[in-house]
Amino acid sequence: MARRKPFRWHIGVFLAPAVLVYTAIMIIPLFGTLNLSLYNLDGQNRIFVGLANFVTLFGDPRWSDAFWNALWNNCWFFIIHMLVQNPIGILLAALLSSPRLRMAAFYRTAIFIPTILSFVIVGFVWKLILSPIWGIAPGMLDAVGLKFLFAPWLGKEEYALTTLALISVWQFVGIPMMLIYAALLSIPDDVIEAAEMDGLTGWSQFWKIKLPLILPSIGIISILTFVGNFNAFDLIYVAQGALAGPDFSTDILGTFLYRTFFGFQLQLGDPHMGAAIASAMFVIILIGVCLYLFGIQTRLRRYQF
Amino acid sequence: MAKTRSHAGRSIAAHAILITYTLIALFPVFVIVINSFKSRRAIFAEPLMPPMPGNWDLVGYTTVLEQGDFFQYFLNSMTVTVASLFFVLLFGAMAAFALSEYRFRGNLLMGLYLALGIMIPIRLGTVAILEMMVSAGLVNTLTALILVYTAQGLPLAVFILSEFMRSVSDDLKNAGRIDGLSEYRIFFTLVLPLVRPAMATVAVFTMIPIWNDLWFPLILAPSEETKTITLGSQVFIGQFVTNWNAVLAALSLAIVPVLVLYLIFSRQLIRGITAGAVK
Repeated sequence: MARRKPFRWHIGVFLAPAVLVYTAIMIIPLFGTLNLSLYNLDGQNRIFVGLANFVTLFGDPRWSDAFWNALWNNCWFFIIHMLVQNPIGILLAALLSSPRLRMAAFYRTAIFIPTILSFVIVGFVWKLILSPIWGIAPGMLDAVGLKFLFAPWLGKEEYALTTLALISVWQFVGIPMMLIYAALLSIPDDVIEAAEMDGLTGWSQFWKIKLPLILPSIGIISILTFVGNFNAFDLIYVAQGALAGPDFSTDILGTFLYRTFFGFQLQLGDPHMGAAIASAMFVIILIGVCLYLFGIQTRLRRYQF
Repeated sequence: MAKTRSHAGRSIAAHAILITYTLIALFPVFVIVINSFKSRRAIFAEPLMPPMPGNWDLVGYTTVLEQGDFFQYFLNSMTVTVASLFFVLLFGAMAAFALSEYRFRGNLLMGLYLALGIMIPIRLGTVAILEMMVSAGLVNTLTALILVYTAQGLPLAVFILSEFMRSVSDDLKNAGRIDGLSEYRIFFTLVLPLVRPAMATVAVFTMIPIWNDLWFPLILAPSEETKTITLGSQVFIGQFVTNWNAVLAALSLAIVPVLVLYLIFSRQLIRGITAGAVK
């Protein structure tokens, strides 16, 4: 083994295409965008302005109102997902994973269908269903005597964002369901049998034995949801347009970035402020991912079977 | 006796909850599809009735087929998805093989570098990606989309495929080496056929977000010739908002291909998610 091995060219050949495409199209533009956020236009020339774009974004009322509004809306969007999507996902997975359940494959396939549809379909479908003109939603509420509850949810400032978040939950609940279902199936039978010996069955068994064992999966789902939510754009754009109406009440960071970067109506697009918003989103996502990797994931005990 | 009764009760409750949720998941799709076959009056008068001889009307579909160039959009989506998928699978499998098969300096670091893209969305680089595509003259070409989606799909593909490649037996590869096969032959003729199930899983995972993406077609390729079906239906529906027949028909046409693909691949997809999560 003292002999030096010849340089193994094939390793380079195997790695090169993936690394080149990934670096050129993803990593370089990512840093290019971060870099661009430090520049702005001075007449015709691009000049270095340091952190001035961020000062404008966070402090200048013309920008900061929209930014903090979008950030808060985005947080609310995420909170709704965590509070509604995960419990429903866990409940469905727990039911699906019970042995002797018939038609489990059918339920699994059917409940996952919304997840594969595009945002364009989902956005318009719900827009039509909730539309006061068509009357499906009020008609159905009427059938159960709850018509007084109906409001044009997507058109009211106070409900629109929550409604959209719930639509997004409807679309994506299949993912937590599947991941938790998989985690539940991977719990060995010995553990369950031991619990049954100790007289733990049904819900108490779920709370005391299974839930702690699937916590790592819940952690993964939370971080996936976090990244997805703080990067979301399509659903809001399709349902409410780039202006994220009514009166920006459904504006999130993705739509704010799109409007700033591309312009809308009379305002021209601004790549530098766009890059500043993208950089802010990058930092937010990075903080979330780091919190998860170093704060949550390492603390969750890994059970080795 | 009491025990079996409580079992039956619990299973009825479980089915009731699951059926309710299945209805919630499927109802919106169902309503759209049945109404797309009905006349305008019937859509509003009795939205929940199935299409019948009395209210049957295909005017929505004829409008869609006359007004929108959906065949072209569909072709664009197919081109972009299939080409990106090909590159993601080929390049991803090659890189995964290098990372899982050989021990070399920087192996772990390279793996982490490639895995970065799983968590950081490529959309954040859009501003610079657009500038780059403009200077390369690739705006409004399908090539731009294929490049972006290849880069977007690679991290997860490398991650999943290298997990699977570690499980390919060393004896087999060493037998190949003794027979004098080159490393390339070993990869293409011995390893690739063995990881085909994992490739199918990665294919499904990669395909869905590419087919459904609205952001990059909107920004990089919004021209009439390069519109994908997702962008095309978004624009079409935006223009025909008040023509309910056309909107419902366009939505149904957009749902059907995805649904058919899903029903074919659902077993693969679900097995992929559950296998990946167990690890």
